[in-house]
Amino acid sequence: MTEEILVVDNLRKWFPIKAGLLQKTVGYVKAVDGVSLKIRRGETYGLVGESGSGKTTLGKSILRLIEPTGGTVLYDGIDVTKAKKREVKKLRRRMQIIFQDPYASLDPRQTVGSTLSEAMRTHGLVSSKSEAITHARELLLRVGLNEEHLFRFPHEFSGGQRQRIAVARALAVDPDFIVLDEPTSFLDVSVQAQVLDLLKDLQKELNLTYMFISHNLSVVQYMSNRVGVMYLGSIMEDAERDMIYKAPEHPYSDFLMAAIPIPDPEFKKVRKLLSGDVPSPVNIPPGCRFNPRCPYATEKCQVGDVPFYTGSGSHHNVACHYVVDFEGGTQTLRPAIPIQTAEARIRS
Amino acid sequence: MVSQDREPILETKDLTVHFKTYRGEVKALEKVELALHKHEVLALVGESGCGKSVTALTILGLLPQNAFVLEGGIFFKGEDLLKISSEHMREIRAEEIAAIFQDPVTFLNPVLTIGVQLREAFLVQKHVWSEVSHYKGKPSGEEIKDFLMKRDTPETKSQHERMSGREKEKIAQDLSEKILHLVRLADTKRILTQYPHELSGGMRQRCMIAMALARRPSIIVADEITTALDVTVQAQILTLLTELRDAIDASTILITHDLSVAAETADRIAVMYAGNVAEVATTKELFRNPLHPYTQLLMRCIPDVRKPVVRLESIRGSVPDLIDPPSGCRFHPRCPFAMEICREKKPDLKDVGNEHLVHCHLY
Amino acid sequence: MTETVVQTDTRQSETKARIAELKYALYLMRQNPLVLTGLVLVIFFVVLAAVATLVVSPDEAFKLEFGQSYCWSSSIFSWTQLEATCPPGTNFILGTDGFGRDLFNMIILSIPLDLEIAFVIVAIATVFGVALGAVAAWVGGKFDEAILRITDIFFAFPGLVLALVFAALFGRTIQTLTIAVLLVWWPTYVRLTRGQVLVEKERTYVEALKSIGVNPARIVLFHIIPNSIYPIVVQMTLDIGGVILTFSALMFLGFSPSPALPELGNLASDGIGHVFTAPWLIVFPGLTILIIALAFNLVGDGLRDILDPRLRR
Repeated sequence: MTEEILVVDNLRKWFPIKAGLLQKTVGYVKAVDGVSLKIRRGETYGLVGESGSGKTTLGKSILRLIEPTGGTVLYDGIDVTKAKKREVKKLRRRMQIIFQDPYASLDPRQTVGSTLSEAMRTHGLVSSKSEAITHARELLLRVGLNEEHLFRFPHEFSGGQRQRIAVARALAVDPDFIVLDEPTSFLDVSVQAQVLDLLKDLQKELNLTYMFISHNLSVVQYMSNRVGVMYLGSIMEDAERDMIYKAPEHPYSDFLMAAIPIPDPEFKKVRKLLSGDVPSPVNIPPGCRFNPRCPYATEKCQVGDVPFYTGSGSHHNVACHYVVDFEGGTQTLRPAIPIQTAEARIRS
Repeated sequence: MVSQDREPILETKDLTVHFKTYRGEVKALEKVELALHKHEVLALVGESGCGKSVTALTILGLLPQNAFVLEGGIFFKGEDLLKISSEHMREIRAEEIAAIFQDPVTFLNPVLTIGVQLREAFLVQKHVWSEVSHYKGKPSGEEIKDFLMKRDTPETKSQHERMSGREKEKIAQDLSEKILHLVRLADTKRILTQYPHELSGGMRQRCMIAMALARRPSIIVADEITTALDVTVQAQILTLLTELRDAIDASTILITHDLSVAAETADRIAVMYAGNVAEVATTKELFRNPLHPYTQLLMRCIPDVRKPVVRLESIRGSVPDLIDPPSGCRFHPRCPFAMEICREKKPDLKDVGNEHLVHCHLY
Repeated sequence: MTETVVQTDTRQSETKARIAELKYALYLMRQNPLVLTGLVLVIFFVVLAAVATLVVSPDEAFKLEFGQSYCWSSSIFSWTQLEATCPPGTNFILGTDGFGRDLFNMIILSIPLDLEIAFVIVAIATVFGVALGAVAAWVGGKFDEAILRITDIFFAFPGLVLALVFAALFGRTIQTLTIAVLLVWWPTYVRLTRGQVLVEKERTYVEALKSIGVNPARIVLFHIIPNSIYPIVVQMTLDIGGVILTFSALMFLGFSPSPALPELGNLASDGIGHVFTAPWLIVFPGLTILIIALAFNLVGDGLRDILDPRLRR
């Protein structure tokens, strides 16, 4: 068993934009544009980014819920991107997803028990109705619900409870890897805490690997071991969690961290405001994607691809030509030494 | 922080609002008491079902058909807003109390350009803008703020009455462009010609703020305005609000579920739970010394980036069903310090000094 | 041992849940008196259709007594100005038709026929239309385009005209007339279903089902279609009335297989020439059609509200 359960190499997802009478392709929404990362067994990889960053598309492309346009995804050695239908179905059992909106991810006409047993029956995990019911009961208890919920419909539950049901459904097929796409964004703070703790407990109990996608940086910090910062379809920085939060090396990461609201009125935040809005993935700026908004950008940043350089942490990737000193009044720009080899693209 | 007058500009007393639904009567608000002072930012913080949005809607007079006010009053400039005619309320919404909502996509008219909607915000006022002819070209920040601070005199009112419709339109057009500068939007001429869907979330939110400011209100009610925004855009909007607060003469009710947002922007915070006000204090005081058990637990649920924890505490149980809420103090089933009396009697408001008010039997 | 205990417990929970559903349905019924009226009427007509042949002997349809044509003699009320003479001692509550048959009995006899035809047409149109519409929407692409064009062609013809042409070409038996009306009706279901499925297939729960690995056929059949069904059910109930009207119209225009056929439209057509002398011949069958259509309409409206879990609040 390899240490890495998931290896993503130069994954791309481009959505064609069609216009005109003949529906010609006039451009592409480059939602995911060359993403490479590795996730180790049993860890939680946090993927952060703002709207338009492509993080949700990335999560779904890894699972092949969206067909990637290019690149590869290796799950436990199996090439997900090239797998045939039957293989994909088998993979569905091992790779699961929890969606963001608990109010939309369950079939409103199906009882909870039916939803769970359908998942089990799809993969032949139960052979009789009573077996399904028993197993479903266990699942519900495990996620903190109880037996009578089996016969209720989704609309009878609160958001937090629905997410628990979604977790139960994901667990019903006995997966190894779960993509969590903003699982608590729609939930109240106190409920969020419950759901996050549940996820952590389950991870320990069942040795699960998570990819936790969120725009809420405080939550990602709580859940993750490693963090990847995405911007406009590409990863800007990829490092251990504490590195990103305490000493980020990419200017965008730095702005993100500075923007996090702190629950302490007496904490004097350094005001670092990013100007402008996130541009659209239809018109990705040439050179470094972030350069139009980056206060440290130079001419070098406006042309050519930006490879992953090695940062100062362990297995630290930074997609920036410069080492920037964010502290203090002066920012000293020093060109870092680029590593141009192809292997370095997925160095971790 | 900026100094505030003692005298509250808006006060709710004993506000009790119920909703009729097919499952029964939802007791959304129960004897809510709030006071908003001049020039302050009061945050209403709470989770879903706590009644913060209902409070805002009641103040604005925008409750749905199936809602009714059982008792209580909302006192603004000597009037009880619950007892005035809907026509009068509409006037107040036009000129005195402005609202900004969470989702500009649904609250901005998708078939009208920003320019048209902004002009409308200006033109809806009965009295207008004094000495407007002063502002030629791009006004300075000072001039705009000055304009927003102005209040009408009998002179300006008669001036307004003498203006033709055409003149008013032209002035409104001019002001629309200028007010967009105030909310830090660039390329204002172009934005005025665009439709809401052509703008980004942050820009739309700024436009909504501009529309609220255009009416030079005394009170701005901002309901979850940054919830749908990215964190960097949220930071921009909150900074903007803080700057504006210092510049203009309006008080703000900031409704949010995010205590951190309140910590950064508010002068005072009112924590609400299940239709009651649990605790009210200045921001500093609340964080230094949270008294209500719900406030304390809530603060412990929030992950703080500066001090990462291994495990988040949560509040056991869940938010109660407001059709059949718990007796006495509505928080008692989930409260670690609950006593006998908590189940029987609803706690009174206690002033523990330092402008700190709590609804709890512990004090 | 524990298995059986589990079974009874869960069965209890199950019945509790079902009862709650029923209670909600009844609550909605109480809320909306019109729906209740509609439902009562529908039940009435269905029951009547079932027992019609017991109440009135089918032989009545063939008792042709021309001596009693277009006469009226009711002990309950009378058309004073237009009294046509009936033999003394007879009692026809709604008068007689051109063949001297008791109109009241004829109406009762025609109800099962009309309802049966209506149900058959709507059922076939629905099953066929829904299946085609769902597949077209799910598969998309050229197949979808093709289906759309075909339904367009059918829509291009005014319904009645299409039915008339078909009937003229293939003769006038009840079967051919049924098919004629069916041809008019099925494209609506294709379009309706297609629209619903197009929306539903983008929903998150469908994505979730795909992520579980559920078979697409199963997703469409057991998840998407049940969730798309509400407007279809409403359409079905509205159509029952519509079909009866169309069918009756066909008969009315003279396409009936036999002048003596007890069918509401047919009965009415008999009275065209006698509007002023025997108006009851048009009025009463027409009124019956109206009431049946109305009843189904009301029920359709209410059904939508009851069936959709999402509309609950």
